[in-house]
Amino acid sequence: MTPHDVLIIGSGPAGLTAAIYAARANLNPLVIEGEISSTSDQPGGQLMLTTEVENFPGFEHGVQGPELMTTMRAQAARFGAEFVTAKATRVDLSDRPFGVWIENDEYRAKGLIVSTGARSLMLGLEEERRLIGHGVSTCATCDGFFFRGQEIAVVGGGDSALEEATFLTKFASKVTLVHRRDQLRASKIMQDRARANPKIEFAWNKRVVNLNGTDNLQGAVLEDTITGEQSDLDVTGLFVAIGHVPNTDLFKGQLALDDQGYIVTGPGTRTDVDGVFACGDVQDHTYRQAITAAGSGCMAAIDVERWLEAHH
Amino acid sequence: MAAGILTVTDSTFDESIGSAATPVLVDFWAEWCGPCKMIAPVLEEIAKDQADRVTIVKLNVDENPDIARRFDVMSIPTLLLFKDGEVVHRTVGAKGKNQLLAELDAYL
Repeated sequence: MTPHDVLIIGSGPAGLTAAIYAARANLNPLVIEGEISSTSDQPGGQLMLTTEVENFPGFEHGVQGPELMTTMRAQAARFGAEFVTAKATRVDLSDRPFGVWIENDEYRAKGLIVSTGARSLMLGLEEERRLIGHGVSTCATCDGFFFRGQEIAVVGGGDSALEEATFLTKFASKVTLVHRRDQLRASKIMQDRARANPKIEFAWNKRVVNLNGTDNLQGAVLEDTITGEQSDLDVTGLFVAIGHVPNTDLFKGQLALDDQGYIVTGPGTRTDVDGVFACGDVQDHTYRQAITAAGSGCMAAIDVERWLEAHH
Repeated sequence: MAAGILTVTDSTFDESIGSAATPVLVDFWAEWCGPCKMIAPVLEEIAKDQADRVTIVKLNVDENPDIARRFDVMSIPTLLLFKDGEVVHRTVGAKGKNQLLAELDAYL
């Protein structure tokens, strides 16, 4: 089996930018782009579930998340990057060339770029899984439409939560933002926008402890994080945006991870395994922006190119 | 049986489901739904490969709210499989071809 020069696992802004640069350096990258799903863990990554991206430089009037990712993928393909639409199920980084498997299909690569990103956390409630598609949603842009004129809730306090809450006011009559603290970690502009929106109400110091409803969601049970007091919130829709976890299960025991599970990198995008580079949200819990992910993807492609020149 | 995916609407839905010779998979979708666009090519492939076993039709929920409401669709993509006019399987969310076929196989 002839090994690929560069194999990229993951296809968000980091992976696709790495693919564009590696392809233009004639490294014929193969991108294992992930498996189709309705969660943030899919080809194109978290931006596939967003609407307007207003802060990606070069788009004066903003760009739709899925459109940005589709264009990035086409740009990488134009320079010869190839794609496999599936999820890598196993890697062996102790062997050279490195081994990557999709079930029983084996791939070999001299250099490896890991850009598997992060996926949205769910609440972890028993009722949650059963009610997905019946009031509980993982995709505000897909499902907001079905809650026209209804009262719904968004759980979380970061940029994603506020963006979803603001977006959902286009449909819902009222959006309650449930947050476990009394202040938000979202950016100033998102906070100002949400606070100025008359349809958004805030439930501070509350966490969701149970969901009501047999066939469809009929309400959420909130618990006050200070007093422990419980209350009912009458909502027919619930959108969860409480943060992310890095997709690093595949690399446990093979790459150095920090205590939150993110891949440890540096200098540049180097990991602790020579020839393996990591970029994007899988190694970044600080910035987590499309543009920083893309920037680190470019760095990874340059790092792998120089590493290949020096070692092969 | 012609390969390809037909469009059904609020007014043609019942007739299309009732008159089909095979089980019918209905794809509830909309223009603004990213995951719906991702499964569109997957469904095209299944429609072509499995034309003798399943008929695939699509219904735009934006333009046809009555049928979406009748089947309590609150999330898209939702795929409903009909056999003899009854819903025999429901799947919510985008999935890859193999996973989808594995789910549908028992009913076809």
